[in-house]
Amino acid sequence: MEIYWVLGIPLVGGIFLALWGSRGNAPEINAFFSLLTLIAASILTARIVADGPMIVGGEGWFFIDSFNVFLVTLTAFVAFTTSLFSRPYMRIEKEHSRLNDKRLRLYHSSYQIFIGAMLLALTTNNMGILWVSMEAATLATVLLVSLYRTPASLEAAWKYFILCGVGIAQALFGTILLYFAAEKVLGSGGTALLWTHLNEVKGQLEPTVLQLAFVFLLVGYGTKVGLAPLHNWLPDAHAEGPTPVSAVLSGLLLNVALYAVMRSKVLVDGALGNDLAGNLMMGFGLLSVVLAAFLIKRQTDVKRMFAYSSIEHMGLVTFAFGMGGPVASFAGLLHMTMHSLTKSAIFFAVGHATQSAGTQLMAGIRGLIKTNPTIGWGLMLGTVAILGVPPFGVFASEFLIITTAMHEHAWATPFLLTALGVAFASIFGKVQPMVFGETELPRLPYQPALTPVFMHLALVLMLGLFIPPYLADWYRQAAALLGG
Amino acid sequence: MTLSLTYHLQVINLLAALLLLISFAMLSQRRIVGLITLFAWQGAALSASTAIVAWSTGQHHLYYSAALTLVLKVIAMPWFFYRLVKKLDVDRDVEPMINIPTTMLIGIVLVIFAFNLAMPISQMSGTVMRSTLGIAMATVLLAFLMMITRSKAIPQVIGFLAMENGLFFAATSATYGMPLVVEMGVALDVLVGVFVLGIFFFQIRETFDSLDLKHMEKLKEK
Amino acid sequence: MTTGILLQIAQTLAAILLAPLLMGWVNQCRAWLQGRSAPPISQPYRTLRKLFQKDAVIAHNASPLFRFAPYMVFACMALAAGIVPTIANDLPFSPAADAIALVGVFALARVFLALAAMDIGTSFGSLGARREMLVAFLAEPALLMVFFTASLISQSTELPVIVQTLAHKEFVIYPSMAFAAVAFWMISVAENARIPVDNPTTHLELTMIHEAMILEYSARHLALIEWAVALKLFTYSALGIALFLPWGIAPQGDLSALPLAVLVLLLKMLLGGTVLSFMEAISAKVRLFRAPEFLGTAFLLGVLGMLIHFLLEV
Repeated sequence: MEIYWVLGIPLVGGIFLALWGSRGNAPEINAFFSLLTLIAASILTARIVADGPMIVGGEGWFFIDSFNVFLVTLTAFVAFTTSLFSRPYMRIEKEHSRLNDKRLRLYHSSYQIFIGAMLLALTTNNMGILWVSMEAATLATVLLVSLYRTPASLEAAWKYFILCGVGIAQALFGTILLYFAAEKVLGSGGTALLWTHLNEVKGQLEPTVLQLAFVFLLVGYGTKVGLAPLHNWLPDAHAEGPTPVSAVLSGLLLNVALYAVMRSKVLVDGALGNDLAGNLMMGFGLLSVVLAAFLIKRQTDVKRMFAYSSIEHMGLVTFAFGMGGPVASFAGLLHMTMHSLTKSAIFFAVGHATQSAGTQLMAGIRGLIKTNPTIGWGLMLGTVAILGVPPFGVFASEFLIITTAMHEHAWATPFLLTALGVAFASIFGKVQPMVFGETELPRLPYQPALTPVFMHLALVLMLGLFIPPYLADWYRQAAALLGG
Repeated sequence: MTLSLTYHLQVINLLAALLLLISFAMLSQRRIVGLITLFAWQGAALSASTAIVAWSTGQHHLYYSAALTLVLKVIAMPWFFYRLVKKLDVDRDVEPMINIPTTMLIGIVLVIFAFNLAMPISQMSGTVMRSTLGIAMATVLLAFLMMITRSKAIPQVIGFLAMENGLFFAATSATYGMPLVVEMGVALDVLVGVFVLGIFFFQIRETFDSLDLKHMEKLKEK
Repeated sequence: MTTGILLQIAQTLAAILLAPLLMGWVNQCRAWLQGRSAPPISQPYRTLRKLFQKDAVIAHNASPLFRFAPYMVFACMALAAGIVPTIANDLPFSPAADAIALVGVFALARVFLALAAMDIGTSFGSLGARREMLVAFLAEPALLMVFFTASLISQSTELPVIVQTLAHKEFVIYPSMAFAAVAFWMISVAENARIPVDNPTTHLELTMIHEAMILEYSARHLALIEWAVALKLFTYSALGIALFLPWGIAPQGDLSALPLAVLVLLLKMLLGGTVLSFMEAISAKVRLFRAPEFLGTAFLLGVLGMLIHFLLEV
């Protein structure tokens, strides 16, 4: 039952906000709907923790197990904090007349629809619907990326649409192939694409077809994960869209896309009985990590730089999942969580920093610690956290990933370490003057919404120091589902 | 296989060939309006072949997808695009980025590649029209090629939709179509996508005074 | 055997005599479609008669080749018209009616025409010859591809066998032939110097191809060439009919089917001429350097036809 709430609230919210328009309290309503979603998701999670996996609705339309419920909670949580952050942020944007009422209405409505689409993608049991909702999530965000209507933002949105559209078309072909293989075993009809059914018979699926299907699915959904060499849309979309959109794209959408890849991988592993899928993922993952790390060095735009850092981290997670096994999968899941929390916190801080400086160029942002100490500290701590400095949680997950890599795929460790080192040096070197440099910039005239930033960072710190046993159990279960 | 079925099959094969032919025509088409007309024809061929498959095999849900294709891709979208072209006044010759004979040659290579790729899969399929899977894949690849070689916004989107046509056809030829809810969902996405793009075109036009994407080459890694 | 020979002679003569009629019909349709008052359908015959009555003027530096070429061209076309199954199938010349040989016959005619055009040494002649060769060089492989597609279906390159397979066996739709048909149409347009590749009515130096080659000819030589041109159009039409609409061609040794075959042929020719003039009326001549693109497309369609054959029809 909770599942319907989880999916229904954002949908109703989206429609309501479209009708309500951008009256004064629309940001609060947006946050309120997000809060409701979070509550529903928490109840759902509690249910799953207590009762184990469940299949709901009709012929089994929804399927929730430890793996996706953890992502559902994460999604609902980050969606809520982002809506808190966007409240003051969007008001300022409006005051700077970068946005008007019409666009704010579009923003709020699309935001809810976007969250709803992601939640549907996570909870659906049908691989076809998974595709449909991934595409819906893309469509909901295209107009958000171009919200400012600047030439650059339109270009970014166009790139986003076309590249992700092409990518997702590949994924559709992969899904068709999957159905083709499934139909032979399960018979035709709506149930042949249900993941739970497929999972039961995965050993009987035709290996050659699934092999091809996985390549298409990986390339397709991988485009949305931002895996190199199909990552071109990602930095543009992140840099040109409004900051709350960058935060949810980076923190959530990439995860959901990777979730889709993982669901496919489980099936393919069962059918093929070899490491092909894992190896492919490791290859793409490693390439993304290395490429992104070296591209970070050249960035001048702060949001672009952190977008590349997202590519790097998603590459790392993909690599970890590709290695497989209980430890690596555990580390991958943990890193996914840490990255979502930290990266969205960073984007919140960056959003305020760029607003106060009036530019996204890093050269123009200086001495935050003097003008806006809280923003400065938020950005600094977030950066330190994402770079994997202990005791933050990112350190724990990166440490696990690298030690596993040393054991099982020693050849990859030099690449990983070099890439992480390069990323560390370039990001730290660029953020440091932004926070501590000399400046004449004025203070922000309003109270920045930094509660979400510190909330996220506190969670990351806590998980770095101590993972509660039930949470660890939960990750372990999820890791086991991924074939660990 | 009864005799009547083989006749259906022949017609389906003919329509499949037509689909491929239209894909090539799209590659060589220079005018946007011509492109839209071709797209409508492609939709018509797709819809007709789906309907014939539905009729000859008794897969009733395929009637729905045939009707959906007819309404969306033969009537609604071409109409929408015609209006858009008229409103935005963008029907001039579109010079593709690579000259057309070269594009066509690449196209032929893609077709051969697609046929080879599809061969092993179609042999496993149990549908009567399995051999058309290669054509479906070729259509997808050709549409992809069109997207790459065109620099204007509308041709790119038509390429995208043509790709979707190819995927639809692939689903029909390999498995008699996807489950109905999925097909509905895909159609809904496509519809929403086209409307989002419609809005988007106006935004681009407003900002750049043109729908030529050559203006949009600012965001590059230096 | 005697009937066979008689039929063969009858078919060849019919082709030669009817060819200007087809040309006249096309011109008439085109005039109608363009809203002009049409010349009578017999105009090509009158032109030929007029030309035959005139005295030939030949350049001083013309070699014997120049005089010889029109006869050669006409003979090639007459031979081609004789071996393509037009009314009846499997005539005595049939074993010669090999698709590849046919392409050779056309090529022979073209080589002589081009040589003759360069013989005098005028700039227009060489220019026309060069352009003609450019078109031919692209059209010929495309034509071969079309023939190959048909041959793959009937397992033979002999036209009578192809007709036999397509017309007199159980009716089957060959998607590959749809591609071949479009390709063939494009090639015919190019080879017969029609719009959009060439314009038979223009003498504009920038655009003309075929007309540039025959500028130096007059009187009976010109008449023969004009006749050969008409015959070429007729042969191509007959070829198109044999490959893509073969129904109605009388099968081997069936004399009773002949009257019907003649009637059907006339109808198809009328229809084909109408379509040709219609297509000419609605399209514009392309620039010369677009012609390779046009023919390249035809070639690709031919190749596609073959690929489709392998995919769908094996």
